[in-house]
Amino acid sequence: MFETLSHLALQQYWWVIISLVGAFLVFLMFIQGGQTLLGQLGKSTVERDMVINTLGRKWELGFTTLVVFGGAMFASFPPFYATSFGGAYWIWMIILFSYIIQAISYEFRKKPGNIMGRKTYETFLFINGLISTILIGAVVGSFFTGSEFSIDNLRMTATSTSASSITRWEASTRGFEILANLQNILLGLSVFFLARLQGALYVINTVNDQTVFNRSRKQVIYNAVPFLLFFIVFVIMLLSGEGYAVDPQTREIYTEANKYLHNFLEMPLVGILFLIGVLGVITGILRTLLQNSTKGFWFVAAGTVLTVFSLFSVAGLNHTAYYPSTFDLQSSLTIRNSSSSHYTLTVMSYVSLLVPVVIGYIWYVWRSMNKKQISSDEMESEEHAY
Amino acid sequence: MEEALVDWSRAQFALTAMYHWLFVPLTLGLSFIMAIMETIYVKTGNIKWKKTTQFWMTLFGINFAIGVATGIILEFEFGTNWSNYSWFVGDIFGAPLAIEGIMAFFLESAFLAVMFFGWQKVTKKFHLTATWLVALGANLSALWILVANGWMQNPVGMHFNPETARNEMGNFWDVLLNPTAVDKFLHTVSSGYVIGALFVVGVSSWYILKNRHIRFAKRSMVVGAVFGVISSLFIVLTGDSSGHHVAQTQPMKLAAMEGLYEGQEGAGLVAIGVLNPEKEVDNDKDPFYFKVKMPKLLSLLAERDADAFVPGMEDLVYGNTQQGILSTPKKMEKGDRALTALKKYNEAEEAGKDSLASAHLETFRANYPFMGYGYFDQPQETVPPVGLTFYSFHVMVILGFLFVLLFLLVIWFNLKDTILQKRYLLVAATWAIPLGYLASMLGWVVSEVGRQPWTIQDLLPVGVSTSHISASHVQLTFWLFAAIFTILLIAEISIMVRQIKIGPK
Repeated sequence: MFETLSHLALQQYWWVIISLVGAFLVFLMFIQGGQTLLGQLGKSTVERDMVINTLGRKWELGFTTLVVFGGAMFASFPPFYATSFGGAYWIWMIILFSYIIQAISYEFRKKPGNIMGRKTYETFLFINGLISTILIGAVVGSFFTGSEFSIDNLRMTATSTSASSITRWEASTRGFEILANLQNILLGLSVFFLARLQGALYVINTVNDQTVFNRSRKQVIYNAVPFLLFFIVFVIMLLSGEGYAVDPQTREIYTEANKYLHNFLEMPLVGILFLIGVLGVITGILRTLLQNSTKGFWFVAAGTVLTVFSLFSVAGLNHTAYYPSTFDLQSSLTIRNSSSSHYTLTVMSYVSLLVPVVIGYIWYVWRSMNKKQISSDEMESEEHAY
Repeated sequence: MEEALVDWSRAQFALTAMYHWLFVPLTLGLSFIMAIMETIYVKTGNIKWKKTTQFWMTLFGINFAIGVATGIILEFEFGTNWSNYSWFVGDIFGAPLAIEGIMAFFLESAFLAVMFFGWQKVTKKFHLTATWLVALGANLSALWILVANGWMQNPVGMHFNPETARNEMGNFWDVLLNPTAVDKFLHTVSSGYVIGALFVVGVSSWYILKNRHIRFAKRSMVVGAVFGVISSLFIVLTGDSSGHHVAQTQPMKLAAMEGLYEGQEGAGLVAIGVLNPEKEVDNDKDPFYFKVKMPKLLSLLAERDADAFVPGMEDLVYGNTQQGILSTPKKMEKGDRALTALKKYNEAEEAGKDSLASAHLETFRANYPFMGYGYFDQPQETVPPVGLTFYSFHVMVILGFLFVLLFLLVIWFNLKDTILQKRYLLVAATWAIPLGYLASMLGWVVSEVGRQPWTIQDLLPVGVSTSHISASHVQLTFWLFAAIFTILLIAEISIMVRQIKIGPK
């Protein structure tokens, strides 16, 4: 069935998948956010154990989603993989380092003989939560603000190492310059506070302990306010600023005033999803604060997925360059000039049919594991606790 | 400067891959062993088997975490450090990586939580299913990444798009069922099973030597040894098949593995030997100080014919008209022609000179199979490091056969119920754990060092695969990785040893 679709339709389909994976990645950052709240939520050993264990049963899902985001980008838009990872070298390396130290921390933290002691591993978790949210947010911000790189296929025919690089990052700061842009920083901080907000809500949802519950509620307020503030300013800048458009006929790339606002208006479904998403996040916050509900997490989760999904959509769909180059406008990546071939996208589209299956069993496992809230009794009796 | 970039990028990838491979094989093998043990528990209802399963699961968990930590780096390094490579073949190479994530990693990560924390939360049957699914997930991930690696050794199922300067997939099934990939998968996962088995047998032996947990140890040991003997016989078969395919697709690698400089009919296989380090393809020195050869076996392995001709490195570099082997300088000429034609084709296209463009395109297509050779200055550059490849290969093979013997002896003395008295065997089995890792690691050295100087055999040399970055950046990340991985490895081993000392509950 996919082989009959046009190349453009497949490219759009794949951008939608990428947007979906990106959306789930940001949602699952509640784990990272929770990691930065350890000190505030868990003062005693048992409290901290409960928080770590509830997050620890999910951390691999977030980790895997990052890996799949990378893999899906590689398979569907390989020039992005080559340009961004090889270009913004240091930003990605720092993100990766933060994930290395996350991966071992849950498992090693309380094991005898772990050399560095419990505190070090908890600090590792904090660092991962702090760095990965801000930096990944900022990198996604650069999908709207652009980076300095150039692309020339013919360099492939040069025979020396440096002359043969098709894609070149032209900023010598190798990714750090992304952090010099206010709009990127705003998105980074939004993701950071959103992750913390979600983390607190997840703890409320899964931990059965009054003290931890009260502390988490406080954190919902402390993080919801800065999140909303940073996010609103980001959205205002995004919609009022210029964006990178591509002419569907000539394929020429040019800057257009209010491009992303136009994208929302020209793709009303995406605009509506965005509004529902934002509404969902606000509903989740209010339900938690006003009604003492433990289900606020799910509203914020759904809201986050929809909001991030629609942001990715306006970055790449509707004749937009999703990875703009401010160094050489015509080197900018669009879904049309940087996708895999029709054949590869067709193959991968069949593979994508597995995604609902994956979501299905994750949901099933999630429900059977989270049926009962985590309690202090469980921490003492469980045969294998982090 | 440029060489430094290539070397540091290579070093970083090798470092990450080696560290990753310290943890993955145990995951591959131990996951099945655990699943078998848990199956026995569910079938018999014997709580001792549950305890046994849980003990090995604890060790699995410690090991798994660090395998994941090193794995993520490998995936992203294709982009961060090998961006030209990613550009050139992302269309083909990206697909298995993405499939690996969707098909395997989610399976592992979702059910791992059930496996570790679900004993009280889900039914016995669901838990057992989760354990099997983790094993399946781990092995599926190995399948896809090895399909990707197999494609680099033997690029099939694709064509080059001269407009985008990218290779595109032509046939997914060719990529998946690439004989090199199939061999690679079977040979590599079975090495993981052998390591898993050596680990279980070795740790159990240590308990017996220390006179602790005797019944637990014997129970584990039998499962481990039976699994081990089946796996190591399988590894011999897949090794033979790998050797045959290497001869077909990477004759230079095979020649380096065997230290074969001059091709021969009815060539023998070196059982054991010491190379002369001064020997190069362009001098007349004797390649070996000393060697023991098994007659005709190399020809049999390579061509399935005891009298067949097996080309040596000199035949491959300087050509051999009698055997119809094209010399490397000739291939370099063709490669040059391909690169020039590609450039001229693009220029003509841009200028709108269609007929000129199609003429250049034809030249390009005719010479494309040799395109990678166009990047070399000297024909000798196509010879991989012989010593490292040769010794790695031979030590790996010798160890592989020793493991078969070890497993058989363990099973034999368990059947006779005299294993507790065979202290020499128990000591040997304990020491076999690091040797298992060594053998498996050497297998990768053969595969990857033997592939040099290519990233993709005959198409893209390592020298033009890197990102456009100065060597100092890569040097810095190399040391950062080296430091963090080493610290984590020390912590991991320390935790493992402590857990083993604590023993099963």
